[in-house]
Amino acid sequence: MGKKKIWSFLLLMLVALSVVLAACASDDASESNTEKENEGTTEEDTGSTAAEDKVLVFGRGGDSVSLDPAAVTDGESFKVTQNVFETLLNFGKQDTTINEGLATKWEPSEDGLTYTFTLREGVKFHDGTDFNAEAVVKNFERWANGSEDKFPYYASMFGGFVGDESHVIESVTADGDYTVVFKLKRAQAPFLKNIAMSPFGIASPTAFEASGDKFGDNPVGTGPFKFVEWKRNDSVTVEKFADYWNVGYPKLDKIIFRAIPDNSTRLNSLLTNEIDLADGINPSDAATVEGDSNLQLFERPSMNVGYLGLTTTRPPFDNVKVRQAINYAIDKQSIVDAFFEGRAEIAKNPMPPSISGYNEDIPGYEYDPEKAKQLLAEAGLADGFEMELWAMPVPRPYMPDGAKVAEVIQKNLEDIGVKATIVSFEWATYLEKARNGEADAFMLGWTGDNGDADNFIYVLLDGDNIGSNNYTYYDNQDLHKILIAAQTEVDEDKRNELYKQAQEIIFEDAPWVPLAHSTPLLAGKADIVDFLPHPTGSDKLTNVDFK
Amino acid sequence: MISPFFIQFDGEVKTVIHYIGKRLLQLIPVLLGMTFVVFMIIRAIPGDPAQVILGQLASKEAIEALRLKLGLDNPWYVQYFDYLAALLKGDLGESMRTVQPVSKEIWPYLAATFELALFAIIIAVIIGVNAGIISAWFQNSWFDYAAMIIALIGVSMPIFWLGLMEQWFFGIELQWFPTSGREEVRNPVSAVTNLYVIDTILNGRFDQLGQVLKHLVLPGIALATIPMAIIARMTRSSMLEVMRADYVRTARAKGQKMFWVVYKHALKNAIIPVLTVIGLQTGMLLGGAILTETIFSWPGIGRYIYEAIQFRDYPVIQSGILIVAFIFVMINLIVDILYGLIDPRIKYD
Repeated sequence: MGKKKIWSFLLLMLVALSVVLAACASDDASESNTEKENEGTTEEDTGSTAAEDKVLVFGRGGDSVSLDPAAVTDGESFKVTQNVFETLLNFGKQDTTINEGLATKWEPSEDGLTYTFTLREGVKFHDGTDFNAEAVVKNFERWANGSEDKFPYYASMFGGFVGDESHVIESVTADGDYTVVFKLKRAQAPFLKNIAMSPFGIASPTAFEASGDKFGDNPVGTGPFKFVEWKRNDSVTVEKFADYWNVGYPKLDKIIFRAIPDNSTRLNSLLTNEIDLADGINPSDAATVEGDSNLQLFERPSMNVGYLGLTTTRPPFDNVKVRQAINYAIDKQSIVDAFFEGRAEIAKNPMPPSISGYNEDIPGYEYDPEKAKQLLAEAGLADGFEMELWAMPVPRPYMPDGAKVAEVIQKNLEDIGVKATIVSFEWATYLEKARNGEADAFMLGWTGDNGDADNFIYVLLDGDNIGSNNYTYYDNQDLHKILIAAQTEVDEDKRNELYKQAQEIIFEDAPWVPLAHSTPLLAGKADIVDFLPHPTGSDKLTNVDFK
Repeated sequence: MISPFFIQFDGEVKTVIHYIGKRLLQLIPVLLGMTFVVFMIIRAIPGDPAQVILGQLASKEAIEALRLKLGLDNPWYVQYFDYLAALLKGDLGESMRTVQPVSKEIWPYLAATFELALFAIIIAVIIGVNAGIISAWFQNSWFDYAAMIIALIGVSMPIFWLGLMEQWFFGIELQWFPTSGREEVRNPVSAVTNLYVIDTILNGRFDQLGQVLKHLVLPGIALATIPMAIIARMTRSSMLEVMRADYVRTARAKGQKMFWVVYKHALKNAIIPVLTVIGLQTGMLLGGAILTETIFSWPGIGRYIYEAIQFRDYPVIQSGILIVAFIFVMINLIVDILYGLIDPRIKYD
């Protein structure tokens, strides 16, 4: 009898606990209910027609941070927003040339200070409001009056915000319903490329005015797909926008972006049909995919560079001869063959050949240990020296296996008498310490944002960016002058010439050992058609279809 | 001696409540101390949240401005007391990365972990306890040796490898179970409580219930392996001790079937140390299992906190660990209460 009472007491406690849990959950439930109401009809639709719907499940390495593209810098957010929002201009299908987007025509003035955009007519936002010049103006006003923590890419691409000296955009005005005029304070050569970047997707002013800070949870754009649901750290679902301006598109009815952090699991899930398309395939798994008739392998055109940075302020790397010696010592071909499975191009410049302004004529440092030893001797280090070699702790497309590449480099250095100790830190720590100039030599890389040379050379190697992305502390005034001139040079040929000179200087000064431009791999079902991976990493899935 | 436990039950309920009250009071310094330790540790590791939020292209000025806004420029003790003051008001803070209140954001992750952990611990207890009992019952038999060797392997099995092997064998080769996630995304569960097993029942979607249970199997087994092995070993050694006791011999002498002797008389006396282990293991599983959650893409609390650490998302790390620790101590408390229930000789004081 006593026992029974205790049992009922425990039962009571359990009930109490569930009430508390339910209370915690109710907040959520009520909010998701409102979301559900918005999409109530569509959910029923998908319930009944699920069998015929063309649903693509896209497995990727991580979840999005926010679905307001202007608010984030991570690629996983852009993968989704690229399909929900559209930009005034688009990049080419698999390159970064400028093509029409929400604007059908764009005319720069002679001096490069005024750009006139003619907008596409008959475009609607997902909330039913009209896309027009006023909407574009409101988007730019929203960004220009923000701050760097709200709109980080706006700050870095357009030089800050309203009131900042460095802010490039003077004004954005509507001229009628379908013409927008941008006035710049000074010419900006990559202006059109910046406009085409995913962060500057045009959002519905009605929606962002209503939802304020929560816009990233309820994104509303003009894109081929509209937002349905987001289960954090799990999946984001978007579905076909029935009133999309480009009639007949998109081909798919629904896309589900799933976060699957482990690369092997992602491939396994593809093999078990849980997903249809997998991002981030290890180069070592490429053969498996190619050998499977149910699958196909996709190569993302390369727009990255993986490198070994040499901190130019730390002895002996303050001596250019030592830096050149390290460049001669490293056998890049072996690295590319072994760890990129050959799916990479050996790098000789700090940017990949697909970027205009790439200098073909740079010879690059060939693998020559003897020459390296000779240079070390000239630097007074004939007996070699000891150094720390920082190995990247995380896999990235430009560096699939940092630890193993570091071992090859270590062996190469040993051959010229340099004793390198491999060290590594957790990723955020690694970046911070390297940024503070605490590394002798460190592995790192970069994936381009807009396919412009400035986005590689200036961002990674100019003195202005020490403490930011110039981890080597390399600071050459001649280079700086060239890079600043190139930023405002609107003549494409002259501008390319400037970048070619810049690459010569960098080649001589050797602040890096450029290692490779890799080709990131994806795998998908054999019946997927018209999927063209974009070099920026954000893919438009408008044309994608199943056979 | 018969304890008052059996005679005056009302008095005993008071004792239990008194005991729980006392234990809860003891929790305050424990949790407070923990907030302090976590707070200091995450600030001791290098890496700046402002830098991580603003991304690689950020300017120094912007980083400074954001640090100011987030209060990161204040001395640590000011930051700590601000945090405590907010916490006492029930404010768990706001994620720096997603700009969502942690209290709102954390529930789906907790629910995901809770569901998986419960599933795993049920598997672990059922198999582990029975394997331990049978091993002790037939000590030195082939079953005993086999079970204990498997248990030894289980304890030392790298989850990472086990998870991938499961995916390959049960997922790709046999096609029995899905390899990742909580649900069939093409047929998504509409979340009510975020405990999908319950949600599918509430929604009356029994087709989905089957899918959700299937998704639980592989991560559940991976997660259950280590606790199962520990429980089996503990049950076996505890049972071996009890099986030599006089009352077991007496029960046998009275002619009771061996099965009842083992499962009724012996088990009841042997279960207390096993219960301790089960409690500890449950607490640990509810803290989230980063490896299992990563390999099987389970959107649980372990991955949530792990990712927050990568992004130096201080409020999420602090509140996430606090909640996990709170759950852990609560489970311990429940286990301690259960002792008295199973063994009346144990008193609450």
